[in-house]
Amino acid sequence: MAATQITSDNDTVDNDTADNDTADNDTADNNDTADNDTADNDTVDNDDTDEMSMTSGMTNEQAGELTSRPMAMNIAIRSALDVMLGRDDDVVTFGEDVGYFGGVFRCTDGLQQKYGVHRVFDTPIAEGGIIGVAVGMAAYGLRPVPEIQFADYVYPGLDQLISEAARLRYRSGAEFTAAMTVRMPCGGGIHGGQTHSQSPESIFTHVCGLKTVMPSNPYDAKGLLIAAIEDNDPVIFLEPKRIYNGPFDGHYERPVVPWSSHPLGVVPDGYYRIPLGRAAIRRSGNDLTVLTYGTMVHVCEVAAQESGVDAEVIDLRTLLPLDTDTIEASVAKTGRCVIVHEATLTSGFGAELAATVQASCFYSLEAPIERVTGWDTPYPHAQEWDYFPGPARVGAAFKRVVAA
Amino acid sequence: MAEAPPLRFRVPEPLARPGEQPDFSYVQISDPGAVQRPDVAAASAELRDLSYSLICVLGDDGVAVGQWAPEIRAEALIVGLRAMMTTRAYDARMLRAQRQGKTSFYIASTGEEAIAVGQALELGQRDMFFPTYRQQGWLVARGWPLVQMMCQVFSNEQDRLRGRQMPIMYSAKDVGFFSISGNLGTQYIQAVGWAMASAIKGDTAIASGVVGEGATAEADFHHALTFASTYDAPVILNVVNNQWAISSFQGIAGGEGPSFAARAIGYGIPGLRVDGNDYLAVVAATRWAAERARSNHGPTVIEWVTYRAAAHSTSDDPSKYRPKDEWKSWPLGDPIDRLQRHLIASGAWSHEQHADLHADIERLVLEAAKEAESYGTLLDGRVASSKSIFDDVFEVMPPHLRRQQRELEG
Ligand SMILES: Cc1ncc(C[n+]2csc(CCOP(=O)(O)OP(=O)(O)O)c2C)c(N)n1
Repeated sequence: MAATQITSDNDTVDNDTADNDTADNDTADNNDTADNDTADNDTVDNDDTDEMSMTSGMTNEQAGELTSRPMAMNIAIRSALDVMLGRDDDVVTFGEDVGYFGGVFRCTDGLQQKYGVHRVFDTPIAEGGIIGVAVGMAAYGLRPVPEIQFADYVYPGLDQLISEAARLRYRSGAEFTAAMTVRMPCGGGIHGGQTHSQSPESIFTHVCGLKTVMPSNPYDAKGLLIAAIEDNDPVIFLEPKRIYNGPFDGHYERPVVPWSSHPLGVVPDGYYRIPLGRAAIRRSGNDLTVLTYGTMVHVCEVAAQESGVDAEVIDLRTLLPLDTDTIEASVAKTGRCVIVHEATLTSGFGAELAATVQASCFYSLEAPIERVTGWDTPYPHAQEWDYFPGPARVGAAFKRVVAA
Repeated sequence: MAEAPPLRFRVPEPLARPGEQPDFSYVQISDPGAVQRPDVAAASAELRDLSYSLICVLGDDGVAVGQWAPEIRAEALIVGLRAMMTTRAYDARMLRAQRQGKTSFYIASTGEEAIAVGQALELGQRDMFFPTYRQQGWLVARGWPLVQMMCQVFSNEQDRLRGRQMPIMYSAKDVGFFSISGNLGTQYIQAVGWAMASAIKGDTAIASGVVGEGATAEADFHHALTFASTYDAPVILNVVNNQWAISSFQGIAGGEGPSFAARAIGYGIPGLRVDGNDYLAVVAATRWAAERARSNHGPTVIEWVTYRAAAHSTSDDPSKYRPKDEWKSWPLGDPIDRLQRHLIASGAWSHEQHADLHADIERLVLEAAKEAESYGTLLDGRVASSKSIFDDVFEVMPPHLRRQQRELEG
């Protein structure tokens, strides 16, 4: 299928699903127990015939099978790649150890065998090269989905991202574009030390022309990745590696919980999208609004439970473009706001969020906004859990802000 | 005009995958002693053949032959043997500790010990080595205390880096071992910068940088060769070609065509291709390159042909991407065996002595591990204080970090 065709289809889908997505926020109040609910709201498959008919010519088959199954987040990501490689011949994926081996986090396992070495392949160890060739492929008209093995290793590729991918549309008057999705695992919690733990999202959100996404669960990961691949602009897709296997809430002393026991670990087999730029409310509450994303969503949910603070936990899902409507509506309701991310504090994405909230909700605010984040140090190896903003630190902030 | 054929996209594939017969027919080997040893003052244009042949000294019979056979006393070789054996025993012990949960991660250098050990013993005390994570043999050979190495692996209270770094990312300035970065390739160009600084100051120390064949793909490799060539930097630029970069065979780094040593030719730098499992060849090639650097003839690239016998790391399972027993078919053998055979052939060593040394090393490594464990491991949580994570971000802790430190302490 030609890239242009896909896009026009998807734009329609995007606009149409917008309403449903708001509904998603409502259903999420019930803790997303009914996976069918979320699926309906975010997606174009399953039994939502209205949406189906609106997707200009998309058949049931294209929309994928109707079955769902438990998937870990890396499996859901693999499934998204599988779906997109199957639907669109222009999609290619590549990176270090991505081809034969299937990726160090197994996100491309079996895909080379299924789609061939010209669609799924290993690259030299050169992040600048990986992103550079992606820009060239995108200029040709492909939809490359390069993987950077760890976000900590993206830096040699930053010139290609910042100076090239992000600005190609602008500088060529849209003559050339860079429709590409750069996937990379991020975040700590696996004793990876300073070179396997970083959360560099604010580097990307600071660049004009890049979209930045970070899912918190398998269901979203798949739907967002499909939307990212179909997007005609470059998208940075950050995958918190600690939650590849299960929803980690910061209680590292407890056994790992698998995704199969979580409602958002149930994922449709086929095609569906979650539009970029829409947040989801993971827990509704009245005491304060929590703005968070990635692994921290789970930490904030458990912190709300343990602190007894009735927090409304908003999973931003897409950092840029940001869903300011959902944020403003929530803060207007609660009058208080805590921002939580794993990345370091200073000039982190939380600063952008705090500025946004104070600008649009100043007169609703009853307390200063607090940020709970990683400390402003490199990510230490042995003291990982002193660094990681766990439920105790987050819960204490909740209490402070409610009492303020 | 005839219609152009459809273009083909080629992705290199290794000769053998799991379940298949190992196949090293692609490894070009020269006979021991076959390669000429040129003068260090020779112009690089005259040295091109060295990039395509294989400098090798030790034959199967253990006899050292040819112009590259270095003048070296048996006692010095036994020091090298001991360091290689200690490195191997150390790796085995640390792998075991990782399985027991005493550390989070480990990387072994099995099969590649000759390179770091040979360089450590051949280069000068004031020279600086810019290693990768697989060069622990340098520390062992330079007599850095095993207990100290282990304390870092265990991230315990005695860890000099106070638990900040990953287990194998040592830093040991006192033995000329630059702090290891987890980011591949970055230190290659830094080695050139260090060497340039030494030249700028009219010093006599040289630098030696290491990169894996996989990481030669990073732009830093090009930067290093360009700067080294431009300024005739007194540096040895080592490429450890151990055939694998995690799951990618060396062809994915462009290794199917000309050798990695031959990369140097385009930069006007001599590139030696050397048997990295031949301890005597390691000594000889290092000596030649160091002499060149010290006598202001500039940089040398050395490709060490070797094999990564171990998994990439404790997070890796090589049986998923290469034949299980590939190591046994590796044509250049085991560096420890080969040096042992040479020493025995020359009458300087015996099987009994070797067995005694082996037992001695096992005991020393075990004792060191016991002592290191007595200072704690990641498992028992006896690690440096959480407060210490704020140290060394800056020379003087700025107010915002002091604030955060107080907040952490509660
Ligand atoms: C910039 C960067 N990209 C990716 C990685 C992840 N990584 C760690 S080791 C490795 C393979 C390196 O292979 P090679 O350079 O051949 O050295 P070897 O491990 O074989 O000694 C990769 C891809 C990294 N550490 N740094």
